[in-house]
Amino acid sequence: MTEEKRRRPPAGQFITTQFNSLLGWARKFSLFHYPFVTACCGMEYMSAACAHFDIDRFGAGWTRFSPRQSDMLLVVGTITHKEAPVLRTVYEQMTEPKWVIAFGTCAVSGGIYDNYAVVQGIDQIIPVDVYIPGCPPRPETVLDGLLKLQEKIQHQDHDWRWKKKRS
Amino acid sequence: MEEKTILERLRKEFPAGVKEALTSLGDEVAVIDKEALLPIATFLRDGPGEFKMLLDLTCVDYPGREPRFELVVHLFSLSRNRRLRIKTGIDESDLRIASLTSLWKNADWLEREAYDLFGVRFEGHPDLRRIFMYDGFEGHPLRKDYPLRRRQPLIPLKE
Repeated sequence: MTEEKRRRPPAGQFITTQFNSLLGWARKFSLFHYPFVTACCGMEYMSAACAHFDIDRFGAGWTRFSPRQSDMLLVVGTITHKEAPVLRTVYEQMTEPKWVIAFGTCAVSGGIYDNYAVVQGIDQIIPVDVYIPGCPPRPETVLDGLLKLQEKIQHQDHDWRWKKKRS
Repeated sequence: MEEKTILERLRKEFPAGVKEALTSLGDEVAVIDKEALLPIATFLRDGPGEFKMLLDLTCVDYPGREPRFELVVHLFSLSRNRRLRIKTGIDESDLRIASLTSLWKNADWLEREAYDLFGVRFEGHPDLRRIFMYDGFEGHPLRKDYPLRRRQPLIPLKE
């Protein structure tokens, strides 16, 4: 077999893999995301989502504005205590399996807003998979966070029988 | 000078109501008596000043000072391109003050804000309830004696 053939096997051949790994590969490239945008980080989200930086290159281009159709929640911006029940309801309405990205310092830790109104990190309300720091984060950081989430999904133990995991 | 005439007219019309009239950083400031707020505001809107526009209405907390709170009202005259600031002291023991909603409609939300964050009661306001904080929130968070990190979550938080 020549070097070229080994690198690119012709169509019709088969590969061997584990089902879990295949499912991880499929899921990490078909992330439907729901942007929960509350603050100025939304500008960077728009930049990352649109043509200049284009998260569609990594398979996360399909923005859904219904949590019931999405499996990746992007929490972009400051979450106040008034808004916390809304965010949790949105998270609970999303389909399984689901992942959450805390986008920007406010979502990660409350940021500069250490006061009466602001939740000090959304992980006090919902589980978070990837934290993206920055105030606001640059689109490159967002893409890096997305790649980290994809790596996590690839190596995750997928419950492919659609049973609810018991926590 | 036109600036002086408005303050002078104000002093002449309300000799008891106007405590102090001065010019600060190019703006006219009138420190007035709390009881005289509504008549003075009516005079400023409908009188020769023609302050038809309410720019801002807010409150300041000066702990340890008497009176503790100060209501600050910014007015703007569209026809004369002039600004005017009215300040009124509100004592902690009596937080009631006349509402300006009958004169300027946008005072509605501004007064709700001052009520929400400082606890000032506006007499005559059509719908005085919180505007930023949620139902069940205790206290008024912009008062200086509200603890900085006292949070009142609506749902239980994980640590």
